[in-house]
Amino acid sequence: MNFFNIIDLLAEADPDVLDRFSSRRAVFNSLGTVAQRAALATSPLFLGALFQKAYAGTASVPTDILNYALTLELLEADFYRQFLAAGQIPAGAARDAITLIKTHEDAHVTYLHDAIIKMGGTPVAGSNTTGIRFNPNLLPATYADQLKYAQVLEDTGVRAYKGRAAELIGTDLLTPVLQIHSIEARHAAHIRTMRAQQPWVSLGDDLATDPLYKAAYTSGVASSTKTVVALGGTTYGIPAYNPAQPSPPESNQQQGAAGKNAAVLITAGIGATTYLPDDAAAAFDEPLQAAEVLDSSRAGGLLA
Amino acid sequence: MSDTLRPTDSQSPQPGQPLLARIKRRSFFMYAGATAGVTALALAGCSKDETTPDTAATSAVSFGTGDASLLNYAYALEQLEAAFYAKVVALTTSPLLPAEIPYFAKVAIHEAIHRDFLRTAINRDFSGTLIPDLTPKFDSIDFTKRVKATTDTKLGILDAAKAFEDLGVAAYNGAAKLFKSAVYLGIAGQIVSVEARHAAYVRDLITPGSFATNEGTDVLGFDRQLAPTAVLAIAQTFVEQTLNGSTIGQ
Repeated sequence: MNFFNIIDLLAEADPDVLDRFSSRRAVFNSLGTVAQRAALATSPLFLGALFQKAYAGTASVPTDILNYALTLELLEADFYRQFLAAGQIPAGAARDAITLIKTHEDAHVTYLHDAIIKMGGTPVAGSNTTGIRFNPNLLPATYADQLKYAQVLEDTGVRAYKGRAAELIGTDLLTPVLQIHSIEARHAAHIRTMRAQQPWVSLGDDLATDPLYKAAYTSGVASSTKTVVALGGTTYGIPAYNPAQPSPPESNQQQGAAGKNAAVLITAGIGATTYLPDDAAAAFDEPLQAAEVLDSSRAGGLLA
Repeated sequence: MSDTLRPTDSQSPQPGQPLLARIKRRSFFMYAGATAGVTALALAGCSKDETTPDTAATSAVSFGTGDASLLNYAYALEQLEAAFYAKVVALTTSPLLPAEIPYFAKVAIHEAIHRDFLRTAINRDFSGTLIPDLTPKFDSIDFTKRVKATTDTKLGILDAAKAFEDLGVAAYNGAAKLFKSAVYLGIAGQIVSVEARHAAYVRDLITPGSFATNEGTDVLGFDRQLAPTAVLAIAQTFVEQTLNGSTIGQ
């Protein structure tokens, strides 16, 4: 079996295949000696590893990713609905800000819902009483405590979009999804300032040790098996939790692992200047795996 | 002047419309992924080789192609931001309010970290492609003003900070689709949300509650995105060298 014939056949189905494999020459050179190449290139073991590398992270179809995003947007929108309805928000700037954020979350819900339908999928749904919604039993009594959930949901939303953007490479969904992602970051920054916190992640955040921020993956995804989420009247797939690479906490100070190159320590490893741990943590937001976000210990535990 | 600094050319998202053609590919990917259950052989040394060293010592800066060009593009913008905030922080007499100064000191450090990190990553992963240090040109900014008065022709510090941060967010959002590697897209994603946090903070200083409000053609609930050439046309105002981004991401 000729290895390059396989690549050429793949290229007919996937024009970007050579980019996924770096280049033909890079793949070939990575195989070592001529003898190793001859042996390896015909080995199913080698081909399996090659495909897994090239197609890692593409296990979900775009509608699955959008339904995951829609789940979080429905949760946020319903939280803000309950937050406003509870009547504890001071009139004026605070209430105006929460109202604006609510209109954004509603716009995200509408966009994702419509996009899923246009792609032939079934969008998850939620209302005040059924489907995907914020568990009303969890809504605290006071404005200050309610605002904590807003910060948790926004910061988690930022991490959630970040965690799945790579799966949308090569689709026209990537750009609008990132346009939502950075709006969520603006929301998070504003809510943090409403709570007298730094607008960005800080080691001194009052919620830094809150389980909703720090929880390790526990028992699995809320309302589902570990990879098929059954919520809001439909099901969608998410990648299985990857225990080998739990997402770093927001306090992470090492960035930039790429292939065989290890991450660099921001506090000491990027130039003549040394940086403080708090600044190293603040300068980069961190992703979360879908399974971590929907885990019962995190946002998944806020679902009704 | 300030009108030309704002990235107003955001585009409406287009729900789902272009995706149908992709579905067949996606189902193929699922099949390929599902059959690849073996990880026994590590593929070391798969770094990209699509680099275009900038050796000409001219006043023009060319960004090359591929992911290296995108990282250098980000590096250029972070250089500008870091230089701007460093100048703000170094002012002996600052027009900023006392409460704002520690925050600007923080933002200055964040941008310096982004700059230094990107330089390190480019030198490590795309050796020989690093663009030169840019020479900032801030003559359109009045560093004695917190915000510009309506009759002023120059930007105040907060106006300029807002312009830089909003531009940075639009730049990362617009360049994301050009990345080939998930690794570098991920890094850009980790940075852009911090820029959005900065933008929200600075906007709230200028007009409380404006952290994510629409301007111009913005779409409700969606941040801006701009192509590299559009971003560099704006950034050019603040750089002495000529920026040539025509091949970024190609």
